[in-house]
Amino acid sequence: MSNDANIIFERPTAMSDRITHYCPGCTHGVIHRLVAESLDELGLRERTVGVAPVGCSVLAYNYFNCDFMEAAHGRAPALATGFKRTRPDMIVFTYQGDGDLASIGMGEIVHSANRGEKFTTIFVNNAIYGMTGGQMAPTTMPLQKTTTSPSGRNVELTGYPIRMVELLSTLKTPSFIARVGVFSPMHIVQAKKIIKKAFRLQAENKCFTMVEVLSTCPTNWGITPIASTKWVASDMEPYYPLGVFKDYEEGEG
Amino acid sequence: MVKKLMKGNEAIGEAAIAAGVRNYFAYPITPQSEVAEYLTWRLPEVGGTFVQAESEVAVGNMLFGAASTGKRVFTTSSSPGISLMQESLSYMAGAHLPVVLVNIMRGGPGLGGILPSQADYFQSVKGGGHGDYQLIVLAPSSVQEAVDLMILAFELADKYLAPVMIIGDGMIGQMMESVEFPEKYRDESNPDEKDWALTGAKDRKPRIVKSLFLNPEELEINSLTLDKKYREMKKSETRHELYKVTGDTKILITAYGTMARICQTVIDELEEEGISVGLFRPITLFPYPEKELFAEVIKDNIEYILDVEMSTGQMIEDVERIVKGARPIDFYGRTGGIVPSPNEIKDKIREMLKK
Amino acid sequence: MDKQIEVVFAGFGGQGVMTAGQLLAYTAMEEGKQVVWIPSYGPEMRGGTANCTVVVSDDRIGSPIINNPMSACVFNRPSLDKFGSLLRKDGLLLINSSLIDVKSGRDDLTETLIPANDIALKLGNPKVANMVMLAAYVAATDIVSFDTLGGMLDKKMGKKKELLDINHRAFEEGRKLIETIKA
Ligand SMILES: Cc1ncc(C[n+]2csc(CCOP(=O)(O)OP(=O)(O)O)c2C)c(N)n1
Ligand code: SF4
Repeated sequence: MSNDANIIFERPTAMSDRITHYCPGCTHGVIHRLVAESLDELGLRERTVGVAPVGCSVLAYNYFNCDFMEAAHGRAPALATGFKRTRPDMIVFTYQGDGDLASIGMGEIVHSANRGEKFTTIFVNNAIYGMTGGQMAPTTMPLQKTTTSPSGRNVELTGYPIRMVELLSTLKTPSFIARVGVFSPMHIVQAKKIIKKAFRLQAENKCFTMVEVLSTCPTNWGITPIASTKWVASDMEPYYPLGVFKDYEEGEG
Repeated sequence: MVKKLMKGNEAIGEAAIAAGVRNYFAYPITPQSEVAEYLTWRLPEVGGTFVQAESEVAVGNMLFGAASTGKRVFTTSSSPGISLMQESLSYMAGAHLPVVLVNIMRGGPGLGGILPSQADYFQSVKGGGHGDYQLIVLAPSSVQEAVDLMILAFELADKYLAPVMIIGDGMIGQMMESVEFPEKYRDESNPDEKDWALTGAKDRKPRIVKSLFLNPEELEINSLTLDKKYREMKKSETRHELYKVTGDTKILITAYGTMARICQTVIDELEEEGISVGLFRPITLFPYPEKELFAEVIKDNIEYILDVEMSTGQMIEDVERIVKGARPIDFYGRTGGIVPSPNEIKDKIREMLKK
Repeated sequence: MDKQIEVVFAGFGGQGVMTAGQLLAYTAMEEGKQVVWIPSYGPEMRGGTANCTVVVSDDRIGSPIINNPMSACVFNRPSLDKFGSLLRKDGLLLINSSLIDVKSGRDDLTETLIPANDIALKLGNPKVANMVMLAAYVAATDIVSFDTLGGMLDKKMGKKKELLDINHRAFEEGRKLIETIKA
């Protein structure tokens, strides 16, 4: 196991050495790395299968050094359910954007969580549809401008952003649900701990685990990478508070 | 009428407004997201609304609900999204609801790619959902025709109380051409006068929009009613266009949509070389212009048919069915988002002529 | 003029190639021509290059996709590499020599070097390089008249006077450049 001080300089075994297609300042890459490091450190890589979403991270399988499936838009939790029920000895995770998970895939994620499917979901919330060019997502902030809310999200017509972590925490079955950020080195260290814990619980055969990660999309937000990380802290975090919302080990599962 | 230079996707949105649409439901997908991005600001200007649904499954069913009011409603999507609407299409066909859908096709199967394709012919023409039903399917080959067919689509939907699908490809959606809108056009129909629309059971018996008929005799009647509509459509609604089909034409190309336009270039260029090739372009894919195609094919001068598609060969099954062996049929197609170039098609024709 | 003219504008995203193509398409339409403007869309856009094709014709336009166009205005090296080899024999290639220091290497084309970015910089706004190029293309081909082109610019960008002026001056420079070459 690598010690925490030098992991920043090494490429995790669970990651391939390809250059990613993500835009400058996009934190999908950081999140990939935290997942890969967790798999390495827990020694799970060789029995892990990832499920890619439809979104900018559909190409995640090019960057992880483990087996992968590509799901239809929003259906990753159903694929993961099918796989894990058939091969309970393996480790399965879905990696999903906010359009994928909180919009079209709302049904699959709620029911997978409620059935307590024993896989881990990494939910990347960047408050917009990245891949299709910046349309409104269910997680888009009030008044945030997108191509389908050109004068800012109007909550009277479209409601308020969905807080997935809070929503799923009302369910009794899941064992671990948390929200983290990757917008500062300190937050990255914390995010890593939590993602790793989710995978450890899965390896211990615990029910559904999910970590929501607040992420950036400088390209479609139309601001610089630096302004993007600031915006996550100033505008997203107050609405999407960080923390562990449900933890089996704390007796809340 | 004023001429405007417009992107196909935006022109489709504007045409819907011209046809009287004030309610639009959709979910983003490349290469047609511009329709929603256009209508998101344009509809409110005319007092309408756009709802970005949570999925295409929801979109299909929002259309069901909206169409039940008797007002004109529509959606646009691209192949994977249209797949998700098949269930609602079957329900809407069964419940005799007039709706219009636009499929800006991209390469499949599965997530496929986002470049132009015509691989959803089977899905749209042969019925992608369950049950004995058909869609009226229209295939524009230019932005202007997309606008004209939008208006026609709403009229046909209203006339037959049936879902109508317009299929185009990424080229139609993305390219800009000059278009004119029928500004004088008005949808004169009144939802309150439609004897099936749900307007509130005041002074009349309640109406029910449904597709469940547990009694087999009743279900058969519903299917026969649908069948009668389809027969009527086949009789009166076929549309097609011929290009440079003359008494000298040896090879007749069958192609639809933008593929047909590319074949026009092929025909023009071969004409300069003294080779006479003509084009039969169906505009309605269902009902297919069967009699019209057969009449062209059996002319003495026609020696071969060449079917050209952006697929591995789907419409060709209809062409074969109609030609019934009267002439040999050859095929040229590319898929994956690759658009056959005029040169490739010319080579194919030269090769055929050598035989 | 030929019955049909096709031109590709190609460069990095942000160099204004789409706008230049659209302005040409609007202008040609204003002059009563048939036009098609079609952008590249798809995976290659992530790589940062963008291009559009404009087809102008007296008659109805067949294929909107032109595999071997008769002319191209290339703004960066990858675009030269791509379209330099695709152009039809006897085609016209305008090269943004501010950013590209080579030619296509073909001897069956008319190639003209347009230092579009240098000229734009001299005018005080590097963003008008696309307009310098467009004007050079129009001057070289007479595809549309400068009167209609200028009028269309006013119509499309009418609001900001300063921006409008500099665009008009970019037109003037592009046109002068070709006229000196022709003379
Ligand atoms: C059934 C279906 N509908 C729509 C799409 C188009 N589509 C591709 S990615 C995407 C959303 C991406 O947004 P998100 O999940 O937030 O991920 P991001 O790209 O922001 O990482 C959509 C709508 C599709 N591929 N399939
Ligand atoms: S579009 Fe947004 S989410 Fe997608 S790679 Fe770029 S920054 Fe990341």
